[in-house]
Amino acid sequence: MDLSLKDLYDGFRQADVIKEYANLITNKSKLLSHPINIMEVCGGHTHTIMKYGLKQLLPSNIHFIHGPGCPVCVMPKERIDHAFVLAMQKDVILVTLGDMIKVPGSLGSLQDARSNGADVRFVYSPLDCIKIANENPTKKIIFFAIGFETTTPMTSALIDQVIKKDINNILFHINHITVPEPMKALLDDPTNKIDAFIGPSHVSVISGSKIYAEFPNKYHKPVVVSGFEPLDVMQSVLMIINQFIENRCELEVEYSRSVSYHGNITAQNLNNKYFETKDKFRWRGLGDIPKSALKLKDTFSHLDAEILFNEILPTQMIDDHKLCICGEILKGKKDPKDCKVFGTSCKPNTPMGSCMVSSEGACAAYYKYGNLK
Amino acid sequence: MNEIINKNVTLSMGNGGSENNELISKIFYKAFKNEILEKSEDAAIIENGKLAFCTDSFTISPLIFNGGDIGKISICGTCNDLAMMGAKPKYLSIAVIIEEGFSINLLTQIVDSIKKELLINDAIIVTGDTKVVPKGSVDQIFINTTGIGEVIKSGISANNIESDDVIIVSRDIGTHGATIFAQREGIELVSDLKSDCASLYPIIKELLSQDIKINAMRDATRGGIAAVLNEWAKASDVCIEIDEDQIPVSEEVKGLCEILGFEATSLANEGTFLIATNKENGSRILELLKTFNSNASIIGKTTNSYSKKVILKSAWGTQTFLEMPTGELLPRIC
Repeated sequence: MDLSLKDLYDGFRQADVIKEYANLITNKSKLLSHPINIMEVCGGHTHTIMKYGLKQLLPSNIHFIHGPGCPVCVMPKERIDHAFVLAMQKDVILVTLGDMIKVPGSLGSLQDARSNGADVRFVYSPLDCIKIANENPTKKIIFFAIGFETTTPMTSALIDQVIKKDINNILFHINHITVPEPMKALLDDPTNKIDAFIGPSHVSVISGSKIYAEFPNKYHKPVVVSGFEPLDVMQSVLMIINQFIENRCELEVEYSRSVSYHGNITAQNLNNKYFETKDKFRWRGLGDIPKSALKLKDTFSHLDAEILFNEILPTQMIDDHKLCICGEILKGKKDPKDCKVFGTSCKPNTPMGSCMVSSEGACAAYYKYGNLK
Repeated sequence: MNEIINKNVTLSMGNGGSENNELISKIFYKAFKNEILEKSEDAAIIENGKLAFCTDSFTISPLIFNGGDIGKISICGTCNDLAMMGAKPKYLSIAVIIEEGFSINLLTQIVDSIKKELLINDAIIVTGDTKVVPKGSVDQIFINTTGIGEVIKSGISANNIESDDVIIVSRDIGTHGATIFAQREGIELVSDLKSDCASLYPIIKELLSQDIKINAMRDATRGGIAAVLNEWAKASDVCIEIDEDQIPVSEEVKGLCEILGFEATSLANEGTFLIATNKENGSRILELLKTFNSNASIIGKTTNSYSKKVILKSAWGTQTFLEMPTGELLPRIC
């Protein structure tokens, strides 16, 4: 059967159904005993909420807190500097995913590196690195791998091919991070204001909904795993409201189209074959979070650009400007508009903090789509 | 504010959006400042309004794409800029920079499409230049064309949009940007995605022959309709409100945007234009445009609600700003 692209989104954007959900949410929310703050963990959801103006459809007692789930936003500047330094090496082609190209580190962005003569390319599928490697046998291809559980299997698949096909000019700089750990870190802060979570469906297509099981159980916060279409998000909000009204605190899956409890076991096995958890990873805006990132297992250190280029990679940690309140925004304590530099010195082209970096960051989404009503 | 001085040129400075405008205004306009240039129209109006004059350079990869090639686009681009100012394209110059080793066969093919496109515009090339440079100095072939047109209808300007105008788009948007992106990046789609690359003079000729007042007209090239609408809102100090569900977008373009995280409103076009006209003229112009492409549509109107801003209104009653595109066109991670 041919799957048309249209099938992926058709039926999840009908105006009359969205309006009906808005009515349902408004009516049901009157039964709530207190206002609720829902954190959409993933930047993709922030993008959906802002792009489709969904905030404007919600009653005043339902708030979104925009979470830390934008992989380029939470990358600390020193890691971006790694990419810059690697890209500037002679005979290196630095390959990465699109969003990384414009993120500035302390040395500049990869776009700047390219204007300084570096060969920087972006791919949609990491497997395209193989073609680049074949076409450039005298060059080292360094794949700057980034993303959550969603994109990790694509990197694993590339590693798998590199080993199986004995390709000797592809290396990896691994920046894969995981979703549940920063959620826990946010909840461990006693001043956090989060009442419930919307979890990203694409992460759970890989990892299963099981990764959120402990949030209702241990932290008493409901989680709904949601798709990315506007109707998915509206339905997820309604499911959360229903849990509060009915005094339930559960893990539910709105995106039942593709998410199972256990997820894609083949992809998980492939990830486990090549990756292990790092002791800690420094998140931009949030600081060190234990066990929140992956690294190549020691057996594959011969593919690890971070080890092979160790001597030239900067180690100095670089903090954001003092006026930046991204950490507070990510915890739901403040709004982008509470920030003194928002829209003045901090703009999408000159981001001072993590939330302004990509269109999936809270500040950039506010800046881009405004908030008219 | 002079931070651009200390940088090197990045690809985003050629995007047709805000970085591009910064480069133009802080480097070129600053140096060449004059009244005509500052109007920042598709083509300069000179000789007391009698002539339109413009130039454009073409570098495109791949050289041949579904719907056109660099030759066709080099004539369409310049002739369309003239036509958008209400002018009949007449005399063109062409300058070609060719990389050593370029196939003469391919060059002949490109020249043939130039010839064909000139006929459609009823324009001629009256002067030209050829340079061949060592391998690696340019990417295959760069073409510059400059054109002079005779103004048939004056008063068309980005500065002339009035409040209570309607905004019309001539066909479905984004096909050129989507086609080039898909072909360049080797995204294989089973689809009919085809660039809109076309000479607009035949349509404009028909439009101008009717006695309808057109306030502004612009082809939505780099930066897409988002760039044109923002330029208009600023230049004429109006708010432009767009009904999102009235913007014609083909299933193919929509699909590519979905996969890559693009907005069709920011994708380039090469034969799609916008018109701003008084409300009472809207349906007459729409009818005429529909005889050329049935997807033509009235997509919005001007108001006073947010000065110099473009607002996108959804079918479910929400509103967002449609900003000037920024940065390079890059796919989102997930």
